[in-house]
Amino acid sequence: MKNVLILGATSGIAKALAYYFAEQEHNLLLAGRDLEELQLIAQDINIRHGVEVTVHKFDALDYDGHADFFTTCLEAAGELDGLVLAYGYLGDQKRAENEFAEARRVIETNYLSAVSVLNIAANYFETRKDGFLCVLSSVAGDRGRQSNFMYGSAKGGLSLYLQGLRNRLSKSNVSVLTVKPGFVDTKMTFGQPGMFLVAQPEAVAKAIYKMILKKKDVAYTPFFWRYIMLIIKSVPERIFKRLSL
Amino acid sequence: MLKQKESLIAGWGNHPAEVCHVYRPDRVRDITELLAAGGEHNYISRGLGRSYGDTALNAGSGVLLHTQFARFLHFDEEQGILECEAGVSFEEIIEHFLPRGWFLPVTPGTKFITVGGAIANDVHGKNHHVDGTFSEHVLDLKLLLASGRIVHCSREENADLFYATIGGVGLTGVILSARFKLIPVESAYIEVDYIKARNLDHAFELFAKTNDQYQYSVAWIDCLSKGDRLGRSVLMLGNHAPASKVKQADPLRIKKKPKLNVPFNFPSFVLNQLSIRAFNFGYYNVLNKNAVGKIVDYDTFFYPLDSIHNWNRAYGKKGFVQYQAVFPPETSRQGLTEMLKRLSESGRSSFLAVLKSSGEQSKGLLSFPFKGYTLALDIPVHDDGLFPFLRELDEMVMAHGGRIYLAKDSEADPATFAQMYPTLGKFQQIKASVDPNNVFSSSQARRLGIVEESR
Ligand SMILES: Cc1cc2nc3c(=O)[nH]c(=O)nc-3n(C[C@H](O)[C@H](O)[C@H](O)COP(=O)(O)OP(=O)(O)OC[C@H]3O[C@@H](n4cnc5c(N)ncnc54)[C@H](O)[C@@H]3O)c2cc1C
Repeated sequence: MKNVLILGATSGIAKALAYYFAEQEHNLLLAGRDLEELQLIAQDINIRHGVEVTVHKFDALDYDGHADFFTTCLEAAGELDGLVLAYGYLGDQKRAENEFAEARRVIETNYLSAVSVLNIAANYFETRKDGFLCVLSSVAGDRGRQSNFMYGSAKGGLSLYLQGLRNRLSKSNVSVLTVKPGFVDTKMTFGQPGMFLVAQPEAVAKAIYKMILKKKDVAYTPFFWRYIMLIIKSVPERIFKRLSL
Repeated sequence: MLKQKESLIAGWGNHPAEVCHVYRPDRVRDITELLAAGGEHNYISRGLGRSYGDTALNAGSGVLLHTQFARFLHFDEEQGILECEAGVSFEEIIEHFLPRGWFLPVTPGTKFITVGGAIANDVHGKNHHVDGTFSEHVLDLKLLLASGRIVHCSREENADLFYATIGGVGLTGVILSARFKLIPVESAYIEVDYIKARNLDHAFELFAKTNDQYQYSVAWIDCLSKGDRLGRSVLMLGNHAPASKVKQADPLRIKKKPKLNVPFNFPSFVLNQLSIRAFNFGYYNVLNKNAVGKIVDYDTFFYPLDSIHNWNRAYGKKGFVQYQAVFPPETSRQGLTEMLKRLSESGRSSFLAVLKSSGEQSKGLLSFPFKGYTLALDIPVHDDGLFPFLRELDEMVMAHGGRIYLAKDSEADPATFAQMYPTLGKFQQIKASVDPNNVFSSSQARRLGIVEESR
């Protein structure tokens, strides 16, 4: 690995991953909407670890711009060794049930835009015959729950898309890692009631990095979420539909 | 809008503990939006919570964590000038810059503090007599005011605000970033001479004799000795070791040591009179002769306590207070003698007592150290009698023209404070000009009357 592109690099887990990549001497391309914030992160990483970090404007919903965006990144780096897709939009379930605009934003950001940009990246990595895609999905995509199924359904769709992509790219030596984080101590969870076993982003980043190296397919992080989700997935629908989760 | 977490928090002494509304902003505009929304009566910044008392507490109101503002912004390799966000810790500065040959110009006895906390308390180190306080090495800083405006402060630009902010315990606004000078060093080691002092007079004599030969000096006092031996102590005198004296492959690195941890609050009997006595006695007697020219790594020399994580828990659930006072040269001998006598008579022994000579005062309006001698004590909270006792100490300090340190205080009253800090009025004037509604306030600021009770 050498040059890694991170989409949504200001989010808690992505930021921690960026620092971890840099510590392992990878150069970084940080992309997102808030260029000012990205610039701060880039400078800091550069001063700490001496690796090259460039920042790039990326708007998930600007589908037409994705191809150009990817080309610009390639030109800046020469070549790409991996891509991390870390952005997402939690949205407001209640609002999404009443205003289609909100539902659409949740679905487009979490699913459609990912398809658009990952299609482009997949083609590049397929011809290059090497590299990795690491995509942050969610445990919310494992089972629809009344409290967040708008977000969950988009992430669930994303997880399925990644399964297919993994199937397609496996013969090209390109790994596709689907990450399903549990509760992580980020802005999203800080001060939110009902959080338990909240993991530190640094620990999560380290675990994800290991999974990328090992070319794993699906990673729950922290690992025990695999078992939590196993239980949640195995509750019969007949009972599940009556629970208020 | 940013979410808050209602949490019971305390300073390092675990006393007092108060329920505060803790926020963890991660962009500057999170803070400005928060201030504009006016959801809380007021706010106070909090670094790593290494102040002992209620300096970084705000009971029932807003506390802003700086955890997410911990980035290096620029480093000038030629001159060693570092610019960073206020949440960057001293530990991280050492980790990243010592291997490149740069060290902190001033450091307190722990590296788990932030740049913001170092400026807001205008912290001092073992080199105060030669290098002054931390802020004296700060070139400029960016301050977010109550109005949401960001101003640039230095000795030239907004100088009044600059001098109110250094030592201003977070009351002028939120320090976003600062630029300061690191010092070049050849190694990560210190060459130390340990010299025993028979009593307080001897310690003063030794300080006076050695102050211009050593960059760092401090004395560890055995506070249980009485009579002729009152104030007997071990002076630790040090200078940065040249690379040639260090027998390591890379003189700028030290070996990582395993960290010990105090996993829970010790029952209070652990630190009873007897164990304190044993500790004080032991420390003095470990060195049976003076030891000269010892090479020790920076961690051992500057941060002996940092190797035990959460050592504050050893004082038990009730916590402890630190009490630090500075006396001017003319009254130091008398003041310190009285203080040590009171302490040993009261039966409230201190586990740690640190004596050092301090240099000229910085221009920070509420900055603590001035020329003379300072004594810092740790006293466990066993009973309610402690606070009347501390007030007695305050009286004594005042009577000798001394003052106490805000970073450690949790009990003084407004009259005492006003007398100890004659520039308080000027500070309040400047605060009123930038923060008329007291958007920034803390439990301590209200207790001491630095900020009018505004709710
Ligand atoms: C073991 C130990 C040894 C110590 N030795 C010394 C010593 O030798 N010399 C010495 O001077 N001190 C010493 N101290 C005290 C310590 O250096 C100070 O209390 C320091 O200010 C702690 O920094 P902090 O980041 O933890 O800040 P906190 O304790 O969290 O906050 C301290 C003050 O800074 C303000 N503040 C913090 N960040 C900001 C910001 N970004 N903007 C505005 N205001 C801010 C807070 O509001 C508060 O008023 C010691 C403390 C310990 C625990």
